[in-house]
Amino acid sequence: MPEVIMPRLSDTMEEGVLSRWLKNEGDTVREGDVIAEIDTDKATMDLEVFDGGVLEKLLVPEGTTVPIGKPIAIISSGAETGPGSGTPPETGAATTTRRTLTSPLARRIAVEHGLDPADITGTGPGGRIVRADVEAAVTAQEHKPSLIDPPDATVPAATAESGKTDQDTVEIPLTTMRKVMAARLADSASAPHFFLTNVVEVDRLFAFRAEVNERFAESGIKVSVTDLLVRACARTLEDHPKVNSSWAGDKILQYRHAHIGVAVALDDGLIVPVVRDAATKGLEVIAAETRALAERARNNKLTPAEFSGGTFTLSNLGMFGIDNFTAVINPPEAAILAVGNTTEEPYLKDGQLLSRRVLKITLTADHRVLDGAVAAAFLRDLKRMLEEPLRIII
Amino acid sequence: MTVTTYRQALNDALRAELSRDENVILIGEEIGIFEGSYKITAGLLTEFGAERVRDTPIAEEGFVGAAIGAAMLGMRPVVEIMTLNFSLIAIDQIVNHAAKIYGMFGGQTAVPLVIRMPGGGGQQLAATHSQNLEVWYAHIPGLKVVAPSSPADAKALLTAAIRDDDPVIFLENLALYNTKGDVPDGEHIAEIGRAAVVKEGTDVSVITYSRATTVALEVARQLEEEGISVEVVDLRSLRPLDRETVCASVRKTSRAVVLEDDWLSYGIGAEISATLMEGAFDYLDAPVRRVAAAEIPLPYAKPLELAALPNAHDLIRVIREILTATSFTR
Repeated sequence: MPEVIMPRLSDTMEEGVLSRWLKNEGDTVREGDVIAEIDTDKATMDLEVFDGGVLEKLLVPEGTTVPIGKPIAIISSGAETGPGSGTPPETGAATTTRRTLTSPLARRIAVEHGLDPADITGTGPGGRIVRADVEAAVTAQEHKPSLIDPPDATVPAATAESGKTDQDTVEIPLTTMRKVMAARLADSASAPHFFLTNVVEVDRLFAFRAEVNERFAESGIKVSVTDLLVRACARTLEDHPKVNSSWAGDKILQYRHAHIGVAVALDDGLIVPVVRDAATKGLEVIAAETRALAERARNNKLTPAEFSGGTFTLSNLGMFGIDNFTAVINPPEAAILAVGNTTEEPYLKDGQLLSRRVLKITLTADHRVLDGAVAAAFLRDLKRMLEEPLRIII
Repeated sequence: MTVTTYRQALNDALRAELSRDENVILIGEEIGIFEGSYKITAGLLTEFGAERVRDTPIAEEGFVGAAIGAAMLGMRPVVEIMTLNFSLIAIDQIVNHAAKIYGMFGGQTAVPLVIRMPGGGGQQLAATHSQNLEVWYAHIPGLKVVAPSSPADAKALLTAAIRDDDPVIFLENLALYNTKGDVPDGEHIAEIGRAAVVKEGTDVSVITYSRATTVALEVARQLEEEGISVEVVDLRSLRPLDRETVCASVRKTSRAVVLEDDWLSYGIGAEISATLMEGAFDYLDAPVRRVAAAEIPLPYAKPLELAALPNAHDLIRVIREILTATSFTR
């Protein structure tokens, strides 16, 4: 009888939490069916089964942490389903051959709204789920919040109870994401960090962004400062491949393409989705991707492919009013750029007191990979690109 | 802007191009003294002389071959073949020579040739004189194939075809010759390879070309009164095919019906369906539907001929089916 094992769902995953069973013992499952939700260190992922049959036994209760490779359930093949197993063979056969017919459009809309087509009743030919059915389901879902709220509201209370509480402290158990972050950032501490800061004049950058957004207002594109920074970093990295590198213990890996990670704060933790090959993408594409990735990150929906493989990271705390900070390298990358708030400052020109807007950017570099002059040249060129924003797009 | 027939729009375009460029010549059966079987070349012999408006014997392979030679030497011949059906005699010249010379001779010589010919059924001309063989030509790399549906496009696309340096198969439809429409005065030219959204709509896209466009527009008007919004895309050019416009329309409406006068199998509808699979799959709410001619030699008897050709009734039925299949409500 095939066992379902805890799979490795990301590079850094060593164990997963079985957060929810979606099927019960005795249910008939088909190859590719999602039977459970697994919390990995980064996201909540669906667990699909590779074998069809009857879900004979669930080996672990919800909430259990299971090392990868350990069995979590047993599926018996249809042939082994004897009488008395509780599932009449006819029903089993009928269920395994039934397909949910879904129009491509309906499937796309369902995915966008996080709906499972299997939960929707189709009204098209042969029961096909069409757009109208999904839209009805979306409307129904929107009118149901009152049912969802109460259990949600009890969550904080339950968490507080589960932690031991004395007079002065509350113990908060570590989530897998927090454990992994702690381990990775501790790794990072072994890299000898050094820091370089530059002050960038951004009057032209902001004017450029305003013009881009005004010109393309109709198409709905809205380019943020972060989007401009993503592309500016990628373009500058093209000219400075030494910065687009990582430390690999006995060698340095230099990347041919710049994949820019953008740090996104979550309620409890941090994740870095990656804009791949950002130097070759237009601003509108980058804008759309960063927005979609951040949204998926906040909903814990990122796939491992979306948050791994970065070659350089951008961390922006400007929106929190931080003027200047140093970021910790995201290993094994060689550098990370910390971006602060935009502030207005006075300066003298030809004896005249004027004002200008400035942004402080701080590069943290791994001295094993990068030397001061190399990192400084990168930062100088990045500053130049941001101050002459046409360079970002040309 | 002047209201003109499709026939007159073609005549105007030929006259204007003959006047504009002395390398433009006309070649074909009965196009001179008799002014063309369908009177498209009326008045041109008198105006431009027999050197430039050349009557030929009934020898399609010969005069198409001669036109290819003339084109290679710098002329811009516009050939009229009396009907599309007779072009089969010249198909070796068209497919093996006109289409391939530019590529096979490494671009040393182009073939700026236009072959005009009417086709289509509905005129009680029986099976061998009532065909739509556009797919035969649209299949061939090296040829451009256009099929205007309105007088304005007839003028604009014929002008573009004559000025094009590649061989252009210019398909006219007998049923369109007397249709009328607004045509811009003076020079009017369109880009070959661009489809036109001839009526905007939101609920279903009808993708069509040539005579069938007039059927689609009639249906669109009729369904509009019931609150069903039909978008009509006129391909205008079958090669190159404007896949972008087709996909953009269906991404908007999520439903697609292809209407063509040609037979169904291996037809333009099949090509459009494949295009939509590649370019708009995730936007389709139902399979692409096709409305085309019955797969038989076209009958001579009028009621049978009309029953075999696709019409407004067939199109409306299929549009209703696709709307029902997608639980359409208004």
